[in-house]
Amino acid sequence: MCLGIPMRVVKINGDFAQVESARLLRNVNIQMLPGIKTGDYLLVHAGFAIQKVDPERARETLRIVDEIR
Amino acid sequence: MKYVDEFRNARLVHKLAARIKAINPGHNLNIMEVCGTHTQNFCRFGLAKLLPKNIRLISGPGCPVCVSPQGYIDTAIELAKNKDLLIVTFGDMLAVPGSCSSLEKERAKLGNVRVVYSPLDALSIARANPGKKIVFLAVGFETTAPAIALSILEAKKEKLKNIFFLLSLKLIPAAMRYLLLDKRIRIDGFLCPGHVAAVMGTKEYAFVPKKYKIPCCVAGFEPVDILESIYMILEQLALGKAGVANQYTRVVTATGNLKAQGIIRRVFRTADSEWRGLGIIAQSGLELKNEFSDFDASRIFPAASPRVKIKAAGQCRCSDVLKGLILPLGCPLFAKKCQPEHPLGPCMVSGEGACNAYYKFRQQV
Repeated sequence: MCLGIPMRVVKINGDFAQVESARLLRNVNIQMLPGIKTGDYLLVHAGFAIQKVDPERARETLRIVDEIR
Repeated sequence: MKYVDEFRNARLVHKLAARIKAINPGHNLNIMEVCGTHTQNFCRFGLAKLLPKNIRLISGPGCPVCVSPQGYIDTAIELAKNKDLLIVTFGDMLAVPGSCSSLEKERAKLGNVRVVYSPLDALSIARANPGKKIVFLAVGFETTAPAIALSILEAKKEKLKNIFFLLSLKLIPAAMRYLLLDKRIRIDGFLCPGHVAAVMGTKEYAFVPKKYKIPCCVAGFEPVDILESIYMILEQLALGKAGVANQYTRVVTATGNLKAQGIIRRVFRTADSEWRGLGIIAQSGLELKNEFSDFDASRIFPAASPRVKIKAAGQCRCSDVLKGLILPLGCPLFAKKCQPEHPLGPCMVSGEGACNAYYKFRQQV
């Protein structure tokens, strides 16, 4: 259920957004996430976007792991 | 795929595995995850092979289908025998064995069980079938609760009169507290569920290190995430500290998604709830507030009466698997009488069940 594949916002249409991942397009409800923009990556659960992926934090996690000796 | 491939990078995975080896204290450690997707990915990516033998990842009650009690499954199956109803469910529920049948078997008879991906699909079915009563099997944790709540709010707004929700919505911290009080279970650290925390925040787990001095780490789901989280727990153990670390910072904050939490509070109140294997846990579930009781399937339709249990299931040890008392391999039915094609317990059915994951990826574990 907790599919962790972030999907990119292609178009916003009121309470819904069209999102894309690996050429799969879906319409998801975005009522839980105010202020999202086209190009944002969202985590989607049961047809609802539950959180936005923070690109800065994602880079930071990878950098910290890479710097481990 | 962005934010997936980078976190499956083999070089980083091996780097973390080496780091874990270097910090390994040597004695036996049990790290428990309470999310079925952690179980699934841990098995799928063969991460057990990268961990030192003394560090065990054990599964807890993190699969929503598995923790729904037998009475709930039996009630759903009874409702599916009524030709005036349409049962709408997530796919995982279909093959879960009831006391005498399953939703899959009932579907073959009357054809009135439908599988959907989202509760919003249940609303579409209700709109398209005004002459039928629709019952949605609302099973899940805090990640699913706001989706169910928004669907109920929408149904109310549209004045839909033919949709009802049979709730089995549960709260993870309450189950963790229950496990911590059971002295038979030794837990040295918790991997906390990333997407429950995406909604509820990391703050919900603060009681674990504070009261029980056990380190936690909120973890993402890719191999780099899971291994880094295990490393972050070992690091706390090495320093003799216990706190709630957050590995999944790209998605999870201390406070979570406040809007989603507000939506949950608008529709539900917390209540005592029954978990398979764990029994009734105080304030561990969600029920509808009075103003939404018209949508409560348990109020409108009677619960199934308890039946004689099917014979083979007597040996089923799902309850002990859910408590982390045994690994799936410790159940006498595992991979013998109980397989995904003919499951005897829910942990073998659901894609998030520990037995299902251990069976599917048994070469890797």
